[in-house]
This record gives sequence, C-alpha cells and structure tokens, in this order.
Amino acid sequence: MPSVGSSSREGQMTLLTASDRGNAMPAKNDRQLAVQLENVSVRYWVPHERIDTFKEYVIRLLQRRVNHSELWALTGIDLEVQRGEALGIIGPNGAGKSTLLKLIASVLRPTVGRVWVRGQVAPLLDIGGGFHPELTGRENVYLNATLLGHSRRDISARFEQIVDFAELWDFIDAPLRTYSTGMAARLGFSVAVAWEPDVLLVDEVLAVGDASFQQKCLRRMGEFREQMKTIFFVSHDLSAVQRLCDRVCLVVGGRIVEMGEAAMVLAAYEALLGQ
Amino acid sequence: MTKVPVYDSARRPPAMLEELKAAWRYRDLVVQLVRRDVVARYKRSLLGVAWTMLNPLGTMVVLTIAFSQVFGATRSYPGYLLVGLLAWNFFAQTTVAAMRQLVWGGSLLQRIYVPKTLFTISAVGTGLVNLLLSLVPLAAVMLVTGLPIQPAVLFLPLSILLLAAFALGVGLLLSTAAVYFPDVIDMYEIGLTAWMYLTPVIYPEEIIPESFRFWFLNLNPAYHLIKLFRQPLYYGMWPTPTRLACAAFVGLGALAVGWLVFTRRADDFAYRI
Repeated sequence: MPSVGSSSREGQMTLLTASDRGNAMPAKNDRQLAVQLENVSVRYWVPHERIDTFKEYVIRLLQRRVNHSELWALTGIDLEVQRGEALGIIGPNGAGKSTLLKLIASVLRPTVGRVWVRGQVAPLLDIGGGFHPELTGRENVYLNATLLGHSRRDISARFEQIVDFAELWDFIDAPLRTYSTGMAARLGFSVAVAWEPDVLLVDEVLAVGDASFQQKCLRRMGEFREQMKTIFFVSHDLSAVQRLCDRVCLVVGGRIVEMGEAAMVLAAYEALLGQ
Repeated sequence: MTKVPVYDSARRPPAMLEELKAAWRYRDLVVQLVRRDVVARYKRSLLGVAWTMLNPLGTMVVLTIAFSQVFGATRSYPGYLLVGLLAWNFFAQTTVAAMRQLVWGGSLLQRIYVPKTLFTISAVGTGLVNLLLSLVPLAAVMLVTGLPIQPAVLFLPLSILLLAAFALGVGLLLSTAAVYFPDVIDMYEIGLTAWMYLTPVIYPEEIIPESFRFWFLNLNPAYHLIKLFRQPLYYGMWPTPTRLACAAFVGLGALAVGWLVFTRRADDFAYRI
C-alpha cells in the first residue's frame, strides 16, 4: 500500500540522517562541486504476487494479504564529483548503475539520504519512446527536444545543427515510420547532444548507430570534457570507459565496491568477472 | 549570467508548488504534445480535422432521430442535445485520455525528468482544441434549428475554462489511481456511461420528477458545469451569480484536490508505472 511505504520511508529518513550523519553537512559553497550523494539508498517495493488490478487489490485487502517485499536497489552510496570530471560507472546488470543516474536526473527521489546537483542536468539517451511514427522527422525533433525541457525558440535555433549531426536532411520531412531503427536512434541522439548541459548522463547509448556515428558521438563527448562539463558514463564497453573517464566506480549489488583511477577499478572488475 | 540551478533532494519546496513551476517551465511541451495528438490523429485520414467536427454531429443526428418523439416538446431538441454532448464528450474524452497519457508516458517518466502533470494538462489541451473546433458545426446547427446566438455567448470562454478545470482535476485524481491500478480505466469507462445518464445531457431536466429534481441535479458535480456551458448557448442567458459560484466551486475545487493528491504521489510514480 503506497501510504504505508511513504510514511515508513519518511521515518527512516529522519532516523538515518539524524543519527548516522550528524551535522556533517559539507559546505555547499564549494564552486567546484558538481554532484554530491550522501548516504543515499533507494528502495523499490516489490509485491510478492503482482497485484495489477484494483479488484484484486480489494480482495487481497479484505483477506489482509497485501504483502510487499522491499528491494534495496542502492544502499549507502556516498559520492562526490567535481566539475569537469568524467566518472565511469561499471558493474554487472542489475547492480544499480541506471538507478544511480536516475537519482541525479531527479527521475527518482532517494528513499534515504540526500542528492545534491549543481547545474543543468541532461540525459544522453535515445528517448525513442518520445517519438511518434506518424509525425515527420522535423516534428519529432521538436517533440523530443521539448521533452528534454527545451523551449521552441531554442530548438529552432539549433535545428540545423541537429539535422547536420544526424545527417538526415534527405528524410527530415518524411514520417518517422519510414525511418530505419538506426536512423531514428541517430535522430534521438543528435537531439540529446545539441545542448551543453552542466552535467551529462550517458547510459549505454553508444550501442546505437554504425561505427562512424559512434566515433562521432565519442568525439562530441570529448568536446564536452574540454568545456569542463561533468560526465557520468555508464557502459559495458570497458575500453570506452578507460578512454573517456578519469575516475571509475564499480557498483555491485547496490553498493560502490571500488572507486578510483580507471585502470585500477577496471582491473578489479575484470578480476571479479573472472571469478 | 543566468543563475545556476541547484537541485537538493533534502530541500525541496512543497510538491504542489514545485510541480506548478516545473509545468510552467515545460509549457512548450504541452503545445507539442497537443500538436502530436491532433496532427497524428488526423494525418492519414482523408477528411482530416473535419472528423472532429463531424463526429458529434453524427451522434447528434442518431440521437435526434431516436429521441425526437420522446423529447419532441423540447424547443430545438437537436441544439439542446448537441450543446450537452459537446460539453460531456469533452469531459469524458479528456479524463479517459489523461489516464492513458500518463500510462503512455510511463516509459519516458522512468528515463527522463518530465513534470508529470503535463500529460494530464496536455490531454485537456487536446480536448479543448477538439471542443473549439466542434463549436463551428454547433453554430451551424443552431442557425438551422432556429436557436439565435445571443450576446450571452460572450460568457462561453469562462464556462469552458471552468469545465476544463473540472476535467483537469478529475483527470489528475483518476490518473493517480490508474498508476497503481490500471483497471481503474475500465471501471471508469463503465462509470462514465452511468454518470452520463444521471446527468441531463440527452434529456431535458424537466423529465426528472419535481419532488427530488433539486437534489438530484445539484449533488451531481458535472451538472453545474454542463449547465454553465449550456446557458449562454442554448438558453442565450447570462448565468446568475449563484450558478457561476456553484460551477466555480466545483471546477476549481476539483482542480485543487486533484493537483494536491497527484503531486503528493508523483514522486512515487517512477517506481510504479
């Protein structure tokens, strides 16, 4: 039951912040700090048997059988990232890497602890879900970019740049349903990289497009680095992580188990995989 | 230089205000979502936007043929019927669309931050576009059936605004429920049919027995808004202050409650959808 979840969550939050953290709030006027996570945990409620309908729920409620088990996707994460830093996040599937990015993007709110972010955050992902097949490529660029929070005027100003990057001028007024999967992904990615956010979240996007497009994307990320943008890079492509990131953190089972220089953490991960 | 935004999960403004600000910042997205709905719906159909206008007309013709004998005494029954149908269809379609929109937006909400009320707001926006378009055939029907368009029609924007507020409030409440229980959509669609027959949409108020007519009508929140919509059009009358106050109370009250409930629960949606 949602209300039960939220009340106990609040109780827990005050409990943990009061006892474990004390008054050790770091100085937030540190201009170099971009992102900070303090003792962050995220809990999902997983129903024992998935109850999908209201009818079922009422029946269960009457029988007093509504049971949820909790799943801690992340536990006790402490993380500080400076401006201009590129942090790689690696780990096995289901370790909590994407949940970490969602916290920074404020898609998810922490169950416990505190998330602090300075500056504009943008996810760099192919939000193909925001596309509509009947609309033209042009209309989809506007739809997609407004979903990312940009104003219409701002999109018009960058429209040429977006289509140039996607190399889709020939198809821009054709409905999206006529596009191949790769073309649609290219368009989505080009919309995402057209802006310069302060904090960039990259989650496994380099899998889209052909080799030359991937090269182009990596080059674009290099530009972001030169502009002192902060980058969070989640990937299973360890060589790309090594090339792009200063620091890497290894997440396993919702905890940061290793954090530091790229070569060291990648070696630790490979050792873990080898086991 | 613009101020650098800072997000601190421990120091957030009250949910309902935070959402209000975010919705305003994303207002261009509302326009895009409405455009997508309107354009995508009609792009491949031959008659295009004309369907929006023809649809209620068709229903009106069918119902007029069916009920003209029964309600023949009502002055210009087709006009009475069409005015009611437009207001009701707007409410019904908008609230159902609000729930579907949020479930549609679910995959997006898990990946990027979007103010969640926007999906409901844009459903109301699409409904408004359709409603405004169908005022054109309504004017034609009024002319043909001899219903004069009175100066009171100037009151109509306020009627529409309050009706939209009511639909938005109910839509927010229902979509909150639909996030947790998808079958709320099906239950609501059945409930809507019953609700329509409890509201004087296709029948005149006078057929309700006088002994309980007052309570029967006034306890139905939808009645106040339909009536406020019908008065300037069908009756050609300026609504009385009491009538306006009742409708404003119902419309804005629903909006306030819906907004409060929805925004209080919204953080939880990304975990659920």
